[in-house]
Amino acid sequence: MADAEPHIRSLADLGETIAGELGDMISSREIINGELVLHAQRDSIVKILMFLRDDVNCQFKLLMELCGVDYPEREERFDVVYCLLSLTQNMRVRLKLSTDEASPVPSVTGVYSSAGWWEREAWDLYGIYFSDHPDLRRILSDYGFEGHPLRKDFPLTGYVEIRYDDEQKRVVYEPVNLTQEYRNFDFLSPWEGVQQLLPGDEKAEAAEEEGGDA
Amino acid sequence: MSEQQIKNFTLNFGPQHPAAHGVLRLVLEMDGEVIERADPHIGLLHRGTEKLIEHKTYMQAVPYFDRLDYVAPQNQEHAFALAVEKLAGMEVPPRGQHIRVIFAELGRLLNHIFNICAYAMDVGAMTPMLWGFEEREKLMEFCERVSGARLHMAYFRPGGVAIDMPDGLAEDIMEWTEQFPKMIEDLESLLTDNRIFKQRTVDVGIISAEQALDWGFSGPNLRASGIAWDLRKSQPYDGYEKYDFDVPIAKHGDCYDRYLVRIYEMYESLKIVKQALEKLPPGPVTCDDHKFSPPSRGDMKHSMEALIHHFKLYTEGYHVPAGETYCVVEAPKGEFGVFLISDGSNKPYRCKIRAPGFAHLQALDMLSRGHMLADVVANIGSLDIVFGEIDR
Repeated sequence: MADAEPHIRSLADLGETIAGELGDMISSREIINGELVLHAQRDSIVKILMFLRDDVNCQFKLLMELCGVDYPEREERFDVVYCLLSLTQNMRVRLKLSTDEASPVPSVTGVYSSAGWWEREAWDLYGIYFSDHPDLRRILSDYGFEGHPLRKDFPLTGYVEIRYDDEQKRVVYEPVNLTQEYRNFDFLSPWEGVQQLLPGDEKAEAAEEEGGDA
Repeated sequence: MSEQQIKNFTLNFGPQHPAAHGVLRLVLEMDGEVIERADPHIGLLHRGTEKLIEHKTYMQAVPYFDRLDYVAPQNQEHAFALAVEKLAGMEVPPRGQHIRVIFAELGRLLNHIFNICAYAMDVGAMTPMLWGFEEREKLMEFCERVSGARLHMAYFRPGGVAIDMPDGLAEDIMEWTEQFPKMIEDLESLLTDNRIFKQRTVDVGIISAEQALDWGFSGPNLRASGIAWDLRKSQPYDGYEKYDFDVPIAKHGDCYDRYLVRIYEMYESLKIVKQALEKLPPGPVTCDDHKFSPPSRGDMKHSMEALIHHFKLYTEGYHVPAGETYCVVEAPKGEFGVFLISDGSNKPYRCKIRAPGFAHLQALDMLSRGHMLADVVANIGSLDIVFGEIDR
């Protein structure tokens, strides 16, 4: 753990350099758990990645990961996360941008060929649309699948189930039929988790107010 | 004589094909026997691991990682354990770290033995498979002795490992490391200078260093293209910086080089296992914070607090502070990463799994264009592909 601090300092330096060079395209930056996270403008992601890949001080030649994250309560509900790795600097940087169902994200397949399948995956699982993607098909889900399964509002059990029908001699799709409801326990403890008033709680407050008046 | 129309030929390779390494469906567009385009269709083994993990507690999520790359299950658990430890601020005691290193390297050996032998069988050599699986069986016996399961160990838990190694296991592993180099030599005597093997692999599927970077390669496949990059050296975790080992690299980036890199990595893994066994310190194997790691059975008979901890851990699980991290390990196939977002509850908010094979298989199209059909099989074998981790 002794060398953790210089590492973070250099990450902060790197973040400053990048933000200085790119200006408005990076809306904010932070260091979370010793990892540099940059929040990028959606429309300039291609330029940003091009810079990060080619600049001598960055050389983030590898795109290790691209994925979506869903926050349904937000106005722009999706985050797209890009994890980059620089072999020469031995550093990682994570870029984030937000989008919703309707706004397309520029595809970065032109910068990193490896982005192709990850963008397909984000499209398949979240329904994030990537513009200018050469081949934006579904990738992990079944042929003819409907919906985007990793969205928070998609049920864990899904909507259809398949089985082999011996009479029709083919695989048939049917609506999901569970003999038992999926058990999702609420594990938040009553002392810290509950936000809304429990029935009867308002009386306690009213009593307190009355007591205060008296 | 009228001119003949020559049409491109489309071939469906898999999903049921012994050389498809699982359930790869490859749609090949061919001009004669030359590949014009290879379009891998994946997802036939998609089980929704990431979705399931979002609905399970952190402890319940561990076994899902075994089922990703089922050839070397412990290495996947390792990445998840590191990610949770980083978010929750757990400290792994030295003995726990050493045991993890031992089994992570045994996992690497499990994987490389399997890959080399299966690959050899793909290109026509039967014997390595038979010899290699005997050694894998011995390794899986070690896994069984330490965790109770031959394959899906669920042994690397956030905070350390599940239980300590039983008596005598360290000595037996040490004994095995003495006799295993003989097996690698035998394997090499069958393959390394084998004329047929070389004809099938040398100068087939060459990936230059630039291409390897562009396609997000990692692990042995990257090193075979001449880039000396190993996360155990450059971003060490669990005390890998304390071990003395080398990182073998190759220059041409063809199928043969990828095979050679794996062979030499096995020798290096053995070195690490030996050093870890020699240095194995006494002490606890998992962090002593019982908010995260279960108390011992003995304590539970006497201590009410231990009983409460046990009950809470196995029903509610533990809450991980809100935050996010991307943690990586050098899995046998390459960089295996877990991008974990926690919202402060007892379940991960998002757990993205970065499987090395996903990036490698993606490059198959680029790799196979202009090659013969038979070379596609060599390419798939040399990329080391397992569908558990690709389809997730």
